Amino acid sequence: MSSEASPAPSIGLPVGLLAELTHRCPLACPYCSNPLALEGREGELSTEDWKRVFSEAATLGILQVHLSGGEPAARRDLVELVQHCASVGLYTNLITSGIGVTEKRIFELADAGLDHIQLSIQDSDAESADKIAGYKGAFAKKQEVAGWIKAAEFPLTVNAVMHRANIARSGAMVELAIALGASRVEIAHTQYYGWALPNRAALMPSRAETQAAIADVEALRKRHLGQIVIDLVIPDYHATYPKACMGGWAKQFINVTPSGKVLPCHASETIPHLEFWNVKEHSLSDIWNASPAFNAYRGTAWMAEPCRSCDRREIDFGGCRCQAFALTGDAAATDPACYKSPQHALMADLAETDSSGQPGEYVYRKMPANPA
Amino acid sequence: MSETAATPLSAIPTFPRGVRLKHDEARQEWVLLAPERLIKCDPIATAILQLCDGKRALSEIVAMLAEQFKADKDVIERDVVALLQGLAEKKMVRL
Repeated sequence: MSSEASPAPSIGLPVGLLAELTHRCPLACPYCSNPLALEGREGELSTEDWKRVFSEAATLGILQVHLSGGEPAARRDLVELVQHCASVGLYTNLITSGIGVTEKRIFELADAGLDHIQLSIQDSDAESADKIAGYKGAFAKKQEVAGWIKAAEFPLTVNAVMHRANIARSGAMVELAIALGASRVEIAHTQYYGWALPNRAALMPSRAETQAAIADVEALRKRHLGQIVIDLVIPDYHATYPKACMGGWAKQFINVTPSGKVLPCHASETIPHLEFWNVKEHSLSDIWNASPAFNAYRGTAWMAEPCRSCDRREIDFGGCRCQAFALTGDAAATDPACYKSPQHALMADLAETDSSGQPGEYVYRKMPANPA
Repeated sequence: MSETAATPLSAIPTFPRGVRLKHDEARQEWVLLAPERLIKCDPIATAILQLCDGKRALSEIVAMLAEQFKADKDVIERDVVALLQGLAEKKMVRL
């Protein structure tokens, strides 16, 4: 690495890279965290581009790579990319819907050195799961894929996104994960970015449903201690403090989109004034250290009150910039999830209004009409 | 599954698949990598985890560390068991 690329001490080194290998996906989940403007296949980075990014990531200090999408298995070079990551010492995590994954491929991924698989499951009820995914037979297919994952002796995480259609079965999701042989389960209450934002009324559970679901899962956590690790992503529309989004802006994580744009988090393109750099034009190290988007909200100097003087400013970093922008129009505002935000009441009101109305139909995730 | 359950000293700690101890070249420190988790290891944790080779029993690990650090075996045993039991609850070590 060149000397000007070494980070200033205050910047630190990133630990995780989310590689969105593609936005193509057979499923159409209405809470997808991908942007509304999905990137098409024609703009995707080449195999060689990705390999260079992974090599640069390892040098820069990245320890874990999350191969995600869309559905990463839609990339024909997935096994080759995993092999490359392993060869440069990166820990690899595949985040998959399971759809389009074959038994043969699972074993090829094992041989290539893949470390861990996270499989999404939409509900413990098959019919509901298929409706949420917008894909008939998805639930049954995922059971089969989970069997292959265990046959190949992978450690398995089940990821379940919770919302009003499935929140009553939060406990059942944990039990399903155990039955599938998972060593870890993520019960992730929907975060309202990407496709989830326009679907908020169809997805938002009531405060009472949310609290009951959290209590169910906490009870199971105690009962199954040592058997399965339960990670609970708390819904911030009902929170007192905001989450430490991404562990702090540009502090730990890098997100690379299918076309090579490098983002501090997967939702950050919703903040319109940010300038993102692309791996086709800059090294990952230069982007981490010098790109305008990464430096925009790094550290605490950008903060206004009430964050600036708050004793939690190094704990939650003011919460989420994208949520602050979406709900207040100012990306430098305190995340309204925080009780100190002047707009905090707005959040509870939105949740109350959305959850008490009819759920309505989903706006399913879909790619733009494909150019020939 | 209570936290006070005694772990027999004959237990052989192993890292399950998906968990590995790695030297982080960029930061010059040891880390334990696990599914969507990582733990930075202080020098004591590093010394303990480096001896977990899937063959040595806890008793051997304790004896080796007591020798290496010229320390009281009971103190070492307490540290080793506390670290590994905590990691076992997080499914990062199998005991």
